[in-house]
Amino acid sequence: MIRKVRQHISQNEALIFEESSPGKSGYQLPPLDVPAIDPAAALGKQNVRDEIEGFPEISEVETIRHFTRLSTWNYAIDLGLYPLGSCTMKYNPRVNEFVARLDGLAWAHPYQPESLSQGALQVISDLEAAMLEITGMDAVTLQPAAGAHGEFTGILLVRALLESRGNPRKRILVPDSAHGTNPATAAMAGYTVQNIKSNEQGLMDVEALARFVDEDVAALMVTNPNTLGVFEENIVQCAKILHDKGAMVYMDGANMNALVGLARPGDFGVDVMHINLHKTFSTPHGGGGPGGGPVAVKSWLEPFLPIPRLARKNDQWHLDYDRPQSIGRVRAFYGNFGVLVRALAYILAHGCDGLRNATLDALLNANYIRHKLAPYFDLPYTSPNMHEVVFSDERQAKRGVKTGDIAKRLIDYGFHPYTVSFPTIVHGALMIEPTETESLREIDLFIDSMISIAKEIETDPKMVLGAPYDTRTNKVDEVGAARRPVVRWKPERPASKAAD
Amino acid sequence: MLAACGVESLEDLFAHLPKEAQLGRPLNMAPGISEYEIIDFFKARSNDNATGYTSFLGAGVYQHYRPVLIDTIVSRGEFLTSYTPYQAEISQGTLTAIFEFQTMICQLTGMDVANASMYDGSTAVPEAAMMAVRITGKSKVLVSRVVHPEYREVLRTYAKHQGIPVEEFGYDAESGQLDLEDLERRLDGETAAVIVQSPNFFGIVENVKAAADLAHKRGALLIFVFTEAVSLGILEPPHEADIVAGELQSFAISPSYGGPYAGIIAAKEKYIRQLPGRLVGETLDARGNRAFCLTLSTREQHIRREKATSNICTNQALIALMATVFMTIYGKAGLRELAEQNLAKAHYLSSKIKPRFSGPFFNEFVAATNGSAPEPLNQKLLENKIIGGLPLRKFYPELGNAVLLCATEMTARAHMDTLAEAVSIQ
Repeated sequence: MIRKVRQHISQNEALIFEESSPGKSGYQLPPLDVPAIDPAAALGKQNVRDEIEGFPEISEVETIRHFTRLSTWNYAIDLGLYPLGSCTMKYNPRVNEFVARLDGLAWAHPYQPESLSQGALQVISDLEAAMLEITGMDAVTLQPAAGAHGEFTGILLVRALLESRGNPRKRILVPDSAHGTNPATAAMAGYTVQNIKSNEQGLMDVEALARFVDEDVAALMVTNPNTLGVFEENIVQCAKILHDKGAMVYMDGANMNALVGLARPGDFGVDVMHINLHKTFSTPHGGGGPGGGPVAVKSWLEPFLPIPRLARKNDQWHLDYDRPQSIGRVRAFYGNFGVLVRALAYILAHGCDGLRNATLDALLNANYIRHKLAPYFDLPYTSPNMHEVVFSDERQAKRGVKTGDIAKRLIDYGFHPYTVSFPTIVHGALMIEPTETESLREIDLFIDSMISIAKEIETDPKMVLGAPYDTRTNKVDEVGAARRPVVRWKPERPASKAAD
Repeated sequence: MLAACGVESLEDLFAHLPKEAQLGRPLNMAPGISEYEIIDFFKARSNDNATGYTSFLGAGVYQHYRPVLIDTIVSRGEFLTSYTPYQAEISQGTLTAIFEFQTMICQLTGMDVANASMYDGSTAVPEAAMMAVRITGKSKVLVSRVVHPEYREVLRTYAKHQGIPVEEFGYDAESGQLDLEDLERRLDGETAAVIVQSPNFFGIVENVKAAADLAHKRGALLIFVFTEAVSLGILEPPHEADIVAGELQSFAISPSYGGPYAGIIAAKEKYIRQLPGRLVGETLDARGNRAFCLTLSTREQHIRREKATSNICTNQALIALMATVFMTIYGKAGLRELAEQNLAKAHYLSSKIKPRFSGPFFNEFVAATNGSAPEPLNQKLLENKIIGGLPLRKFYPELGNAVLLCATEMTARAHMDTLAEAVSIQ
């Protein structure tokens, strides 16, 4: 049967299980240089499995075609601007991939002798030093595997410090503009969450905050710049309110790309923060990970950092486990080392001036988009923005077109959508973060697309509601997926349409 | 662009920041360097590490061959430089691959549902324990002492402030398998989960069914942990388990000094709504064609906030893709043959160096020692470019000078002979 090309250059592609046929394989192993062993004799008959039912049976060339075809159905930074707000989708330099795969780094076993790990430990040390200079903090752990993991680590550190002072306290304050990970983290660390409302500028309200802070508050979790892309201009006063009551300030560093080289959290009252290496420091997002979530702290939190800690002894790096006040481990081994290598490569490439210039370009790109799109989209908060800008769909919603619909139409123009409906303090939010990566030409293309969609909504809102039109897969039924979850392929299911 | 923004200089863009917050000086760092210099720098770091050594280290991180195709595929920009697939229409590549990943993990583990990956095995374990606590409404967790020691440390860190007491139960000094009597003694009506690993930290295959029967009798769930995924090519999957938490590093993920790896959580169908993290489901698009999307996201932090099943957001998608391509290339026959080769290599080594425990093992075992400390021998082996076994004293003081030895398909017979000779003349 001939399978026709649909709306995309690639052929339709069945699932790998549907493409398998008995006896095919794509692997090669050298012949055994030791005697073979009877599995039943060595392991016990009851411990040996039958063949893995449904597992792939497919050749090498079919494997590469399968995954290459799948790849063509993805949007990616390599294809164009990826303006997801708070996600910092910047270019991922390929030299970083190259160096992370060097034999001595990629094949280093975490338990190999320290004398044979000095290169890896030097990488950790260099990245720690860079993180401290960039954040203005006193100590850092590179162990957490991602931003949310860093948050969890950071709040456990706060808890450990407060416990050492006699009372872990009860509540964590979280502004209503915060990422969902913040309250989820506070709950995992055994705290109750108190949400605090932003003021009419979308900022933390100093007076309101003062009313909330008492001796039961352990910390405030704040994102700065916040999720509107606005710098919390009262951060120093807010920090003082917390500190006066013996509470800590946790900063979610998701938006650190706005600050590198310009301002340091350690200088404006932050006690503990995480950094997303897969945002600010260019390690690839890979369709949802891996990430890296270093946690930087002020000196008073340092004794509690996860074990092991990097230390210098007899002119050699070594790992120190003798840390009686440590919160323990948050992850096996020493973190996502391969991600750390990539982040350090990015920092070395940029250096002091390059890092600052990247920040300035990120600010310029976001402000340029703000000014060009402001005549067409409602700007609910007018405070000066940093690296991202948040519009609302208020004007378009009057024509029945909401932020999610505009996002889908943007796909037809060849762009990945912005972040939809977040932060929730903006009704119908369009959250746009271009990053420093983008050229004026690419940004103008994006702006023209957004303006064109705004005009389409005036003349033909119904058409916009049907988008996207030009994708291989058009609007997917997410409600149906959740109502009757099918989360794995099963051989006995009737062949579905796509596999025909 | 400046004019369009109504400013005169780039500095004007952040002039509104409070003065005390502004850095006001250049970062104290070297200027940027070129690509060539970056490569040079990291080559030097790479050379400061061990290169060209044969290693007998396992203990949760295994040296397996990585087919070239793996990096060919994960280096494609469409996979490497895409975000989490929230926009399903332009993310079908990632979504389809994750759906295949979830399916393969189910096939491998005998579970009904699997999520889109966790950070690693060590963090998957506490997430599985938290799941069990939510499901059973009980709080205590019993973990075998032969679960990876660092996994147990992570479990304790996570559990400490969530009101989840963690208690350990022992192993049998003769077989190296979990001590069922000790487990039975410690099980009570408050136990939410029993956590066992197989092959365990000593490389020994456990009697999972017996542990599961004991757990279920007291209304607790059985959490099965694995660190050596290749073993599932030959070992019976843990049908009796309720939740499986594991590490896929063995599936073409380079050791990379401890990460990034990919963890998994799989479970029985009825627990699907208690899974942490992302999950991909099958659906239809508006034209009626099969499509995939993230689903059941009402479990997750961006919707549920403090009531979410976990705070996890970013996971290990690209690393999970490596494992997916690995499972595809090796497939049904290859994974079996790979497992059999590992079994054969480790058993050849055990014919030369006597195992300390009598339980059946897969590709690593604890070596009996003649009483002398392993460190001087390991130091001597380095001269032959051999990294010896892992001394176990740090994790198991009662084992004294014992070491954990691992052999995989990449361990040459000649190197095993050299190691055995060095051990025998010690």
